[in-house]
Amino acid sequence: MLPSVSRCTRPIYLSVARPLAHFRPPMDPDPNRPVETTIRTKLTEKFKPDHLEVHNESHMHAVPPGSESHFRVLVVSSLFVGLPLIQRHRLVNEALKEELSSCVHALAIQAKTPEQWGVDPALGKSPPCMGGSKNDHTVEEKLKAGRE
Amino acid sequence: MNSLIRSTARCIRSGAAVSFLRPADGLVRAASARFLCAAADLQKDLGEMVKKDKVVVFIKGTPAQPMCGFSNAVVQILRMHGVDQYSSYNVLEDQELREGVKVFSNWPTIPQVYFNGEFVGGCDILLQMHQNGDLVDELKKLGIRSALLDAEKESK
Repeated sequence: MLPSVSRCTRPIYLSVARPLAHFRPPMDPDPNRPVETTIRTKLTEKFKPDHLEVHNESHMHAVPPGSESHFRVLVVSSLFVGLPLIQRHRLVNEALKEELSSCVHALAIQAKTPEQWGVDPALGKSPPCMGGSKNDHTVEEKLKAGRE
Repeated sequence: MNSLIRSTARCIRSGAAVSFLRPADGLVRAASARFLCAAADLQKDLGEMVKKDKVVVFIKGTPAQPMCGFSNAVVQILRMHGVDQYSSYNVLEDQELREGVKVFSNWPTIPQVYFNGEFVGGCDILLQMHQNGDLVDELKKLGIRSALLDAEKESK
């Protein structure tokens, strides 16, 4: 099992506690970010995208610095041709099922066909945080799952 | 009866001046009903809850005070279209509901939007529907005239 995947599983499945590498400031791209790497890998494998962006937006939310709990993804793939938005999003959710049930609390999705991407290549912008993650024990559990 | 108490206690109808206050014995009944109620009952209740109104949303917080940026975006979009009568459930008040609605819709995140009992999507989908004009059409199918149509008319 890849180290990046094992870090994202619930504690009960871990046989070895592996401390996470120290976090760099959120805006500094870090190839060692396990959750981001896993998301990128899984979306690439499933969608063979023409274009893929994975953004860790955790720093925009009420979670500790260095968290990997809130993401925005932009997937451009011909697999989406003919599919309504909801089915596209369900496919992305399915690909990231494990992460969404363990360490990822929020996932903003843009799923475009290559043609749609050609017409409008803009990345969407997440709305400002209203602090809902603070004191939310569900988020605390997810942050813990991400750290372990 | 228990499910009626639960769904009434949890629901806030946008536009209502007063939120539902549970009487003391109702509180006890709701609490024990919740405790004893199997997950299957909740799924059945959710089937009724999502049909309670033409537009039903599950958000963090309330329409008056959303507690999450994505939930707030849903509230603001509906407001922009003049949709002011809808049912809203605050998942932060009820962990069982929070998890149950995700199972019900097979959708991992909140907010969740339902039109005529059918799951439409989350914030991203509602936003894209708003941006590409589909939301006006979908509201029309529900018998709701979007306020944006009137705004468009006035500007001409």
